[in-house]
Amino acid sequence: MSHEILEQNDDLITINMGPHHPSTHGVLRLVIQTDGEMVKTCKPEIGYLHRSIEKIGENLEWYQFVPYTDRVDYVCSMNANLAYALGVEALLNTKPETAVEIPLRADCIRVLFAELNRISSHLVGVGAASMDMGAYTPFLHGITQREFINDIFEKTCGARLTYNYICIGGVMRDLHEGAEAEIRAFLDQLEPAMHSFNSLITTNTIFRGRYAGVAPVSREMAIAYGLVGPNLRASGVDWDLRRDRPYGLYPKLKFAVPVGGAYGGSKGVLGDCYDRYIVRLLEIVESIKICRQVLDMIPPPAEKADDPIGGYRVDVTKKLRTPPKGGLYTRVENPRGETGYYLVSDGTKMPYRLKIRTGSFTSLSLFETLVPGLMVADVVALIGSLDIVLPEVDR
Amino acid sequence: MKNADLFSALLEVYPDLSTETSETGEILWIVPAERLTDVACTLREDERFAFDSLMCLSGLDLSKYPAAVKGEFVGELLACVYHLHSFEHGHEAAIKVIVPKDETASIPSVEPIWAVAGYFEREILDLYGIAFPGNHDPRRLMMPEDWVGHPMRKDYQYPQNYSTWELKREGQNFTSGPYA
Repeated sequence: MSHEILEQNDDLITINMGPHHPSTHGVLRLVIQTDGEMVKTCKPEIGYLHRSIEKIGENLEWYQFVPYTDRVDYVCSMNANLAYALGVEALLNTKPETAVEIPLRADCIRVLFAELNRISSHLVGVGAASMDMGAYTPFLHGITQREFINDIFEKTCGARLTYNYICIGGVMRDLHEGAEAEIRAFLDQLEPAMHSFNSLITTNTIFRGRYAGVAPVSREMAIAYGLVGPNLRASGVDWDLRRDRPYGLYPKLKFAVPVGGAYGGSKGVLGDCYDRYIVRLLEIVESIKICRQVLDMIPPPAEKADDPIGGYRVDVTKKLRTPPKGGLYTRVENPRGETGYYLVSDGTKMPYRLKIRTGSFTSLSLFETLVPGLMVADVVALIGSLDIVLPEVDR
Repeated sequence: MKNADLFSALLEVYPDLSTETSETGEILWIVPAERLTDVACTLREDERFAFDSLMCLSGLDLSKYPAAVKGEFVGELLACVYHLHSFEHGHEAAIKVIVPKDETASIPSVEPIWAVAGYFEREILDLYGIAFPGNHDPRRLMMPEDWVGHPMRKDYQYPQNYSTWELKREGQNFTSGPYA
C-alpha cells in the first residue's frame, strides 16, 4: 500500500476512491487520476483485509481449516466450504488406502445447499449492483429472499453467515426435519419474486442506460486476465466447471449454462456490465432447476451416519493423519467463479502449503487496464457488475 | 492431449526438460528459471498447446519439504508452480520453477504472456520474496510497503513491532507451530 496524498498534477486530479466507500463493496481503495469526469489511470490498493489465511492453514490440521474457508468468502460460505472439502477429498482419493466415499445423501445436501447459497449470493450481487446505480428497492427484494435461505441454513446448521457446515467426508449434520418441504416452498415463491424483481430493475430504462455498453470485456481480455465464472461467461466464453469438469452430483443433473449475448438492447455490447448482470440472473433460474432435481433424487435418511446411501458423513480423521504426499490443484465453480485450492501435503496431519485461488482476486487485476477511459460513475458500475468480495481478494 | 503426450511434444522443442511426479499423481514440468520465458511463449503460441489461461500461480517454500526435488541446486529452495489451462483444447498442465532461497531469488515475469500473472507475481514477491523482473509494478501487494520480511516463508518470525506499534500481546506466542 502506498501513501499518496491528494495532489494536483497539471489538470489531473488524484482521488482516493475508498477504502471506506459503500460502493467499493468492502475495503478496496482505488487511486484514480481523473481529467474532469474521465478516469486516466487507476491503481487498486488492496491488503486492508489481509489475514494471511494461507499461513494460518499451514499451522492447522486439515479439518480444522474448514471454518477459515467461511471467512474467505462470507457471501457464499457454503460454496467456500465445499471447494476446500472437495480439494482435500480429491487429495485423499489419489491413494487407495485413504480413499473417501461420500454418502449419496451427503452429496445431495452439498449440491442443494451450494446452489441455494449461489442463489443468495447472486441475489446480493445483483441487488447491490442496482443499489450502486441508485435503485435501493431491488436490493431489499434480494435481501428478503436471502433471509429465507438463511433461515433454512440456520435451522440445519445453526449459523446464518459463516456456516462451517460442509466438512471433509460429508456434512456436519443431517437436514432438519421438514427441510425438503421448506426448500420446495421457498423455490415456489422465488420464481414469481424474480419476475417482480425483473420488472422493478432489469427492464428499467435508467438502469439499462447506466449498464448497457459500459466497460465491455472482450473474450480474449477475459481469458488473459483470468476472469472466471459469471464474468467470464458474460464475455461469451462457454465454460462452466460444473458441466465441463463435473464433480459431486453434477454429472447427474441437467442445467443450462447462460452465456452473455449483448442483452442490453441497441447500446449493448458483448461482455458489458449489463451482460454480467443478466448472466447472474439467468444462473439463479438454473440453480432453481438444479435444486428441484436434487430434491427429487435425495434418498431418505438412514440410521447410521456413515451409511453409503442415506448417511451424511463418513469419518476421515484417521485418513487425514497420513494423506498422500505431493500437491493437487482442485477447482470448483463458485458464485464468484472458479475457486482453486492448490494443496501440498508432506504426508503429515497438516497441509504443507495451502494456496487459494479466488475469482475476485483475478477480477481486480483487470482494473488497471479496463478503467482508464471510463467515467468516474462507470467505475462504480464496473465494481458492482464484477461482484467483487474483498475478503476473497485479500485472504 | 494427455499430459504425457503434451510433455513429449514439449520435449521435441526443449529436449532437456524433466518432470516431477508425486504420490498424488501430480505431474510438474520442471523448467529452469532462465528458460521460463521461452517455454511459456511456446506453450502460449504453439497450436498444439495453446495454453491461453494461467489458472493459478502459487509460491512454495521447499525448505522444510521432505525429499524435495532439488535438481542441480544445493541448500534451501523456493519454487513457483504455474497451473495452465487451454480453453481451446481443454487440457491442463503445471510448470514448476525452482530458485534458491536467498536474496537473489528471481524468476522472469510472464506478465506479457498471461496478463493475470502481474497480480499473482506481486503477491508472491510480497509473501515469498521472489523478484519478478519484467513485472510492470513490482511492489508489495498485501503487506504495507515498509514491512520487513516475507510472511509465507517457513522460517518467518512474527515481528515484535511494526512502525510505532507493539505487536506482541500478553500471553500470545506467535512463534509456535510445527514449522516455527
